[in-house]
Amino acid sequence: MTVTSVRKDADALTMTLTAEFDASPTRVWQLWADPRQLERWWGPPTYPATFTAHDLAPGSHVEYHMTGPSGDQPRSFWDILEADPPHRLVFLDGFAHADGTPNPDFSRSEGRVTIERIDAQRTRMSIEFHYASVKGMEQYLAMGMEEGLKGAVGQIDAILAEA
Amino acid sequence: MTPTPNADHIFAALADATRRDIVLRALAGREGVAQLARHYPMSFAAVQKHVAVLERAGLVTKERTGRRKLVLTNVEGLNLARSLLDQYETLWRGRVERMTNLITSREEIDA
Repeated sequence: MTVTSVRKDADALTMTLTAEFDASPTRVWQLWADPRQLERWWGPPTYPATFTAHDLAPGSHVEYHMTGPSGDQPRSFWDILEADPPHRLVFLDGFAHADGTPNPDFSRSEGRVTIERIDAQRTRMSIEFHYASVKGMEQYLAMGMEEGLKGAVGQIDAILAEA
Repeated sequence: MTPTPNADHIFAALADATRRDIVLRALAGREGVAQLARHYPMSFAAVQKHVAVLERAGLVTKERTGRRKLVLTNVEGLNLARSLLDQYETLWRGRVERMTNLITSREEIDA
């Protein structure tokens, strides 16, 4: 496991996760900046993500949808608040209607990504997610993600069983 | 009647240090509001209010035992709050795993 720490603060509705990679900060930044690579990790295998608009410049509107096992396609977007490649990305995550317009019935969450070099070989990435409300957290998880989560966990189990 | 745990109420109720402490003490379920009030530098009425907030959130219930009414933590309510954050943790652990795989596979291609 490359996840080195997870902190969950139920009062502040915040989750902070830190992970280390054997790669440069530029390489880790590419995983966010290249939409084709981002698609390969953002959604679980059973709920892949497709990014239809993607630019990480501050003020940009990133659009994506997930595709569920039954063909359902919940749509989401990010509003990029800050970007400092390859070290920092701040965005507001939100849900959209079927036509792509933001759905104000869903509360939004703010994601802060920090990428920093540890030494010549390793890079630390920390993600801080702050949720505006518990209702929003529930909505996000209810968005068909549960099935996908089970898939992802199953995959990890399979890898561990082989090791 | 135990109200159905509601996540928004739960998080709001747990945002206070005194209420979190009451929830911990009430896991044992041996004290009423009056006994609980002795642990805190505040009035009986203030502690009674905290207990009422926890009760509305479905985090504690009051159970009658003989002549006393004991405050008891509702474990199911606590678990809902924890499980939401746990699910987010699982989601992100899966993502990091895939990021790692992606970095490794690209290095093999580049080599």
